[in-house]
Amino acid sequence: MLLRLSVVLALLWMATLESFGGSTDSIGARDVPDFSRDIRPILSENCFQCHGPDKETRKAGLRLDTRDGIFEERGGYHPVFPGDLDASELYSRITSSDEDERMPPKASNRSLSEAQIDLIRRWIENGAPWNQHWAYIPPVRPDVPTEIPKDFRATNPIDHFVAQKLMEVGLSQSERASKETLLRRVSLDLIGLPPSPDEIKAFLADDSPDAYEKVVDRLLSSERFGERWARPWLDLARYADSNGFQADQLRPSWAYRDYVINALNHNVPFDRFTIDQIAGDLLPNPTVNQLVATGFHRTVTCNVEAGVDPEENRVNQIVDRVNTTATVWLGTTLECAQCHDHKYDPISTKEYYQFFDFFNNTPLEVSLPDDNNDVSHDFVGPYLDLPISEQREKKLSSLEEELDGMKKQSDFLKEEKESGLADWEATALAKLEEETASVDIPENVVDVLRKDSSERNNKQKEILRDHYLSTNPEISQLNAAMEEVEGEIGQLKPIQTLVMEEMDEPRSTHVMARGNYLDQGEEVASQTPAFLHPFDEDLPRNRLGLAKWLVDKRNPLIARVTVNRWWAEIFGKGIVRTLEDFGMQSEPPTHQDLLDWLAVEFMDSGWDMKHMLRLMVLSETYKQTSDLNETLLEKDPKNLYYARAPRFRLDAETIRDQALFVSGLLSTEMYGAPVMPYQPPGVWNQTGRNEPVWEEQADSNRWRRGVYVVYRRAAPYPSFVNFDAPDRSACTVQRSRTNTSTQALTLLNDPAYVEMALALADRILCEAPSEDLKSRIEYAMELVVGRPAKERELETLSEALEEQIALFAENPNEAAEFLESSSEYYKPVHRDKNELAAWLFVANVLLNLDETITKG
Amino acid sequence: MDPIGQHLETLSRRLFFKNAAFGIGSAALSCLLNREGYGTEEGLALTQGLHHAPKARRIIYIHLVGAPSQLELFDPKPELQKRSGELCPDEFFKGQKLAFIREQPNLFGTPKDEEFAFNQCGNSGVSISNLLPHLQTVSDELCFIKSMHTEQFNHAPAQLFSLTGFARFGRPSIGSWINYGLGSENEDLPGFVVLNTGTILGAGNSAWGSGFLPSKYQGTEFRSKGDPVLFLSNPKGMTPEQRKRSVDLVNDMNEIALADVGDPEISTRISQYEMAYRMQTSVPELMDIESEDQATHEMYGTKPGEASFANNCLLARRLVERGVRFVQLFDQGWDHHSGLVSSLPKKCKQVDQPIAALIKDLKQRGLLEDTLVVWSAEFGRTPMAQTNSGSGKATNIGRDHHKEAYTVWMAGGGVKGGHTHGATDELGYHIVENPMDVHDFNATILHLMGIDHKRLTFKYQGRQFRLTDVHGFVIKDIIG
Repeated sequence: MLLRLSVVLALLWMATLESFGGSTDSIGARDVPDFSRDIRPILSENCFQCHGPDKETRKAGLRLDTRDGIFEERGGYHPVFPGDLDASELYSRITSSDEDERMPPKASNRSLSEAQIDLIRRWIENGAPWNQHWAYIPPVRPDVPTEIPKDFRATNPIDHFVAQKLMEVGLSQSERASKETLLRRVSLDLIGLPPSPDEIKAFLADDSPDAYEKVVDRLLSSERFGERWARPWLDLARYADSNGFQADQLRPSWAYRDYVINALNHNVPFDRFTIDQIAGDLLPNPTVNQLVATGFHRTVTCNVEAGVDPEENRVNQIVDRVNTTATVWLGTTLECAQCHDHKYDPISTKEYYQFFDFFNNTPLEVSLPDDNNDVSHDFVGPYLDLPISEQREKKLSSLEEELDGMKKQSDFLKEEKESGLADWEATALAKLEEETASVDIPENVVDVLRKDSSERNNKQKEILRDHYLSTNPEISQLNAAMEEVEGEIGQLKPIQTLVMEEMDEPRSTHVMARGNYLDQGEEVASQTPAFLHPFDEDLPRNRLGLAKWLVDKRNPLIARVTVNRWWAEIFGKGIVRTLEDFGMQSEPPTHQDLLDWLAVEFMDSGWDMKHMLRLMVLSETYKQTSDLNETLLEKDPKNLYYARAPRFRLDAETIRDQALFVSGLLSTEMYGAPVMPYQPPGVWNQTGRNEPVWEEQADSNRWRRGVYVVYRRAAPYPSFVNFDAPDRSACTVQRSRTNTSTQALTLLNDPAYVEMALALADRILCEAPSEDLKSRIEYAMELVVGRPAKERELETLSEALEEQIALFAENPNEAAEFLESSSEYYKPVHRDKNELAAWLFVANVLLNLDETITKG
Repeated sequence: MDPIGQHLETLSRRLFFKNAAFGIGSAALSCLLNREGYGTEEGLALTQGLHHAPKARRIIYIHLVGAPSQLELFDPKPELQKRSGELCPDEFFKGQKLAFIREQPNLFGTPKDEEFAFNQCGNSGVSISNLLPHLQTVSDELCFIKSMHTEQFNHAPAQLFSLTGFARFGRPSIGSWINYGLGSENEDLPGFVVLNTGTILGAGNSAWGSGFLPSKYQGTEFRSKGDPVLFLSNPKGMTPEQRKRSVDLVNDMNEIALADVGDPEISTRISQYEMAYRMQTSVPELMDIESEDQATHEMYGTKPGEASFANNCLLARRLVERGVRFVQLFDQGWDHHSGLVSSLPKKCKQVDQPIAALIKDLKQRGLLEDTLVVWSAEFGRTPMAQTNSGSGKATNIGRDHHKEAYTVWMAGGGVKGGHTHGATDELGYHIVENPMDVHDFNATILHLMGIDHKRLTFKYQGRQFRLTDVHGFVIKDIIG
């Protein structure tokens, strides 16, 4: 059955250009299979478990992950003998009809397809040429293919590489997209917002040859750029505003989020960006910015449960830092080697802990509190006070002095008045007895009063005393004044943010057996994995040295991994589709030359991110239409070869940002404490004691961009969750992109979106160039999808609007109710309620269109 | 299904008919092709779908948050009662990591009052405490595992470990694995529904998250206050007829786009909007337990409109009846570090009757035989007394977290009723017979669902991940 299935699948894969498990490129029956591209993935997936890097589980002493292992003479036979199938034990074992002999063994649940066996056969027959895993060989700038079809539009080398591949697979380039489509696409890609009607008009009117280039440069220099590109980086950095466990309290690290936005806007070179975040604190005379940048590794979750061993918590945090660093900068899963030698990639457990040692000099981040709080630890990791102006500092200290004086006065007054408590109590009780008397005492105080004084605990006594004292006008006035001063002080106090800090006394690092922090083995010192470029002897053996090692141009991974992620943001998927893994188990690149060219270009440009994005969006490949047709669907359904532009759903934050933008509500205020827009009641108040409270903001903060919305791990913003936002508990390289009914419900019914629809309706009615229906519909479509309405759309929408206007004219009360309940905060300008209600109905629909939430 | 999947399916159907000689079953094929994996086509590979005939087709998985005391409820220890108050043996304390106990504690036996006494119940004679009188009446349906153990002794990591097989964040929960493997039988409802009573557990949404699986496999929380599913109800002032008109309008507009653009994703979007509209009717109908008859309400102890565990049990039945694959109930409040003697009976009262009712109700409807009901927690509780809080403040007696041994049970879904697997020592500290770890437990649940835990995998970061990592044995002894 299994075998039969695999035959069907093999057919399936040959029917499309798509391949399976092994190589992604279609390889013709006459080509010589390439070891790195075609053969190693098969061995890795099916054989390395028992014949790979992990010596503990290695069977028969045979390893197929090294060149020596594959070809060595093993007492009379060779696993592979180039050119000779009969002399190649590996081949006879994978084709053996004897079940006991056949590899992989049945118990492994793995099996080779006929096509895979055939690839191995042809590889051996052709002399079994071996090469290193492609991703571990430093990229060299490949020659740009010059032979491309005559009519192929090309602006830069990206197009040449794409053209070459398209020729190979027999596909051709699509038409160019319309100017409107292109403008919306590039705006969404670069700044995460659509173009305004004025911007559309200007672009359409600009006939100069560099009109598009000018738009690209305008967008790249917009401050909105950093806000849009911070999102994927913050996913990697698992940035959130809470600690992740139990009550999941908030903690201040948003200065780090602001650092990222600012750094992206200033196009800080990626090597600098890397060093500052991994080791800013270890630089000589670091700037405040560089210290804040180290927040990257303070975003890890932190367990404050009282039963937690602070050391275990610390070790878990280091593990997260190690794994995240390797994923982000090396596209490598080190994690596996935490407990045993890696099964696929050449990383031993010892190497894992050598890498771990770079991060292992941090202080504990939780400790048991001194007070009687027995629910949780205190969060004690290092903070940085952000600097404040001298003037502010002066004001602060004078206020603090003032507060001190007030406190003394208050204590004095309280002592003086306290003697009256017993009398007051008696009077109050007597009043309570009289049913007719109206008593102005809060309920919780009444409860205490009614208790016998001997039964009152300290807290209750305190409640009583505080209330009594507050009835004294002098004291209550003073309290109010103190509160005010305290508020002012709170405003002026420096903002804190989480940063990395190195301990003076370094910790020693030991290999932990099976990853258990209590089971410490051999002591190890900082070192980088041997399969990668060497660690220069003159680099310091700390995070700074590690960061510099990462951005070394000899590093074969960093540039490829990084440009590949950006490519995926723009084109919907990576050239290596496993963005998070470039190891033996990764998907081979669809266009390795292109990837290498981009990687080298990136390094040569001085690690210039905006330069790379500029190249991508200026390419003709990018400028094609995204429309599909039968041929494309049949031959390249996943658009692996870019015979059309990508078309995919926008991410959660962009969907909201765009709706705010087109409705005219978006606040472009940047930076600062996280904001709390509308969310349904109850999403937050159910995760436990001491939990933070959601305070919906009534001002323009509710309309700020998604990147500023508070990120609480236990309960992230629900409409974002519905559109695949992660909870940021761990590094996320790629969000999933689903298409679900809860997404429909969100856009249809979330009061936040209904409010936006109201503002959009009002905007259309106020701003459309004329008052006739057609003109309004045209303006609406231009706002929302950035192009003129099609004839059929005009008909459909006019019909719906006429029906709605008629319906509301018949039931004006319904219109009024619909409008009134759609927002407490937005006050529409348009006077005709029935018309506005009809347009609210339509605006709600427009925000739900597939095209609206899709980049096409 | 995603558009590519759809396309592949069309293709494969063609191939399938052409190559009928291969004899592949259409169910297996559609199962095979019904999976979406992003970043990899391995999602379509042989690892998916049912691997063998299932004993259970759906699960109601009850997790008692905080961890109830197995010693008071299911695992009686007369010897512990006898030695109650003695200093515990050194090996129970020295070199052990305990969450709160800081000084060598005393042993603490179950109170000797009648309220806490045990009964040998049913034909099988399994022991159940008088704290759970209703559960005693369904004892012959229950299969006890008294030899569960875990690696974690703090709530959040232990919850993650028990529910995702991994003590840190980032892995898919058992419900999302099963949803990914089997999907829902009802197109209008999610395949994995979560019902919370009380505050949410310390591990947060990750307890039902989908980790690296596509997020559509995560649990959907049905809430007892406000909209049962977030954003289910129409804006105020919008009638269902108006909503119907607007959904039709969205879809008319999307049809125009589909005709021009040809992206199958648009047709998926159209069907999702239709489903959203249907959910607006089907979910409130489902959540409306008022329609249940009086006898049912009496049996469960349910009150329509109330947020209670009992209501959630009844909803669980309504959900599985409608084809939801995995229903997860969380009940908060079992972390009895102090006040155990007074608080535990109160908690038991809240869950005893509804759980017993659920089992009886499933049985009378013929659903129990292929519905697995699970009682579990993140760990157990110590045989030693805890008499102070973490900061040393003296408290009323309770029990600390215990990872070495605890009791869970299953019912229905192909397990042996009235059976006990494994045993602990006379003081209830160690397991002495048939230890079962969290991975074994999860492997066994998957097995009952017709899934080979070694073959339900998802490729991520270069590795085929599975719920049980590289561990887990199916414990056949508990299967009927």
